[in-house]
Amino acid sequence: MTYKILIFAAEMAYRALDQAGLLHVHYTPNTVIIRIPCASMLRPDLILHAFQSGFDAVFVASSGPDCPFLGEECVRKTAKRIEKAYELLDEHGIDKNRLLLTGVCSTCVEAIVGSLERLEETLSGE
Amino acid sequence: MKERTKIGVYVCHCGGNISDYVDVKKVVEAVKDLPNVAVARDFVFMCSEAGQNLIKEDIKNLGLDGVVVASCSPHLHEKTFRNAAKEAGLNPYLVEHVCIREHSSWVHSDNPEAATQKAIWIVKAAIAKVSLARDLESIRLDMKPEAIVMGGGIAGMRCAIDLGRAGITVHLIEMSPFLGGRAAQIGKMYPSGISGIELVKKLVEEVKSNPNIKIYTNAEIVSAEGALGEFKVKIKINPRYVKGNVSDDTISQCPVEVPDEFNYGLTKRKAIYKRDFTYPDTPVIDMNACTKCGKCNPDFNQKPKTVEVTGSIVILATGFKPYEPKEGEFGYKVYDNVITLPVFDRLISISNGKLEYNGKEIRDIAFIYCVGSRNEEHEYCSRYCCVATINAALQALEKFGDLRVYHVYRDIRTYGKYETYYEQAGRDGMLFFKYDPENPPVVERSGNKLIVKVKDLLTYGEEVEIPVDMVVLSVGMEPEMSDVFTMLRVPFSRDGFLQEVHPKLRPVETAIGGVLVAGTCQGPKDTVEATASASAAAAKADTYLVKGYTELEPFIAEINPEKCDGCSECVEECPAGAINIENGKAVLKEALCKGCGACGAVCPTEAINLRGYYYDQLRKSIEAAGGD
Repeated sequence: MTYKILIFAAEMAYRALDQAGLLHVHYTPNTVIIRIPCASMLRPDLILHAFQSGFDAVFVASSGPDCPFLGEECVRKTAKRIEKAYELLDEHGIDKNRLLLTGVCSTCVEAIVGSLERLEETLSGE
Repeated sequence: MKERTKIGVYVCHCGGNISDYVDVKKVVEAVKDLPNVAVARDFVFMCSEAGQNLIKEDIKNLGLDGVVVASCSPHLHEKTFRNAAKEAGLNPYLVEHVCIREHSSWVHSDNPEAATQKAIWIVKAAIAKVSLARDLESIRLDMKPEAIVMGGGIAGMRCAIDLGRAGITVHLIEMSPFLGGRAAQIGKMYPSGISGIELVKKLVEEVKSNPNIKIYTNAEIVSAEGALGEFKVKIKINPRYVKGNVSDDTISQCPVEVPDEFNYGLTKRKAIYKRDFTYPDTPVIDMNACTKCGKCNPDFNQKPKTVEVTGSIVILATGFKPYEPKEGEFGYKVYDNVITLPVFDRLISISNGKLEYNGKEIRDIAFIYCVGSRNEEHEYCSRYCCVATINAALQALEKFGDLRVYHVYRDIRTYGKYETYYEQAGRDGMLFFKYDPENPPVVERSGNKLIVKVKDLLTYGEEVEIPVDMVVLSVGMEPEMSDVFTMLRVPFSRDGFLQEVHPKLRPVETAIGGVLVAGTCQGPKDTVEATASASAAAAKADTYLVKGYTELEPFIAEINPEKCDGCSECVEECPAGAINIENGKAVLKEALCKGCGACGAVCPTEAINLRGYYYDQLRKSIEAAGGD
């Protein structure tokens, strides 16, 4: 059984994904990357929409405190979106552990690989 | 909105980088018959002129209304493909560049089938996004010809001079009381042979004589904020506590003597001091040392002055600091005569006749290389140290003669024309020993000599004991940290230096628009490279400043007044204060919008979108990628 994970990649996280490529680091290929400038733009319903469109998990890779738009403020704002998304997932009977938010700096390749591994563990353990 | 139905899709092989793992033909097959697609092709190098022409011809001949290019990261070639579309008459923002190299072929080279499937999903998501793309226009931003340069070392001064000559007003801000930075401490430099002080003198003369350059020394950064075109930096200029002209005679009357940091404590200075080779001429009183005896006729009532400067561009030239070895590292701080290369450099400069340290004449010297470099703490090579060490040894030999010199190295990297220095060292009879990092040399004392024990790889592991009077540790560079980095949110590299956007494509720009880097704050550089990067940064700044305006990407918020119910959630959410409620509707001040999109996420009626990332585009992308 393979799972499909949607990655919302904000500016810095997108660069980290580039960096992962430059370093030829391997992670699960069942991933689709959607580029966004900043994770604070995510309407919580977009996350629900991903689950309803065939994804088994959603990884919000924000820029964390390195966000070029909001800096540290990005962490608080994005966390609010995720909280709202958790409520939505609850309402629709979707396991909250299938949604993961991680702040990813431009060189934080390990954060990407680690987060995806965590999501895969969650999915395979259900 | 009406969907675009004539999208051209271009899948790049990247000369095998992609096509060795991703089946590009299969990607083309998977999307060519989708309802919004007019044509789908694969090509060996989409970024080549032939590749770009493919897009241009299709736009003209097939009347494409959107383009998807799947190749490398958009950070590399998004602009290339947007320009190609623009030249063919298509709105450049109808081009979506997605990444199937860094994000697929390179990371899934172990699973070509899955890499191909992922590429198909990514391309399908992009087609869906373009099918709902709007025509966008770039934003024109006026640029005042004014720049802020932080750091008054050789890189900062080089920037200031180049900008000043181009007619730009420059605010040159130096934290210490005098211009010059660390380069002034270097003795005779390679390859020109001029000393650090002479180089600094020349730059200072030019900086001083250019009326466009405003110099602030002894200046602390209080705050730094803003964006491209509108940076504001508040500085606190600390008082020098002197009044009128202070003669050398007056300075010599100061009863206090403290170690002179310029010479790493090899000499002493007074509590009131100046540096003859640089700017300003005015001395400064070191209040940490001053006893307030009053002999130099000081003015202790002077108060710090706060000044605000503005600039369209900020150039960071904040420099480096030499690595400080740990206590006991190769005998450092345990044995008196173990010093670092920068200290040795000063020792050569200030010594005359014979080389003495701690009252002892130095006849034999061992240099140990790669100290604090290329290990777990500092993974990087500082690159300047090999040549600088050999150069310092040659200088010492030339100045003091009759020295026995031993180089205990890990690897020698005297790249480019500096190879001649390495050859000269050999001709001068200096001996080289190569150590294994797993088995580094050991420094011990025996009588009044230091003994360097090294297992020499050049003689197949022979244990050699070298008795010397002095051990010089060739230390690398570390970044000099500054609060400004966090104030301006400039990203760091893995090594802790400031990170450029791309080492080749955008080598002096940071991810923060309008913030450029010059010199060693970006990474280890010698003086040649530091000044070259400074000139590069100045030239890059000119591209914004000289023509008086710049064009920015159009990715800012867009408010649909018909949907807005004036609830003001967005006003509170906006980090830039760019939204106001006027007549019951949210109104955006475009110049202030940073383009984060936070406002859109909280709007209860979805009246706000982020241009280029409209929510209907994202939804359709998600649906397309979520399918097969």
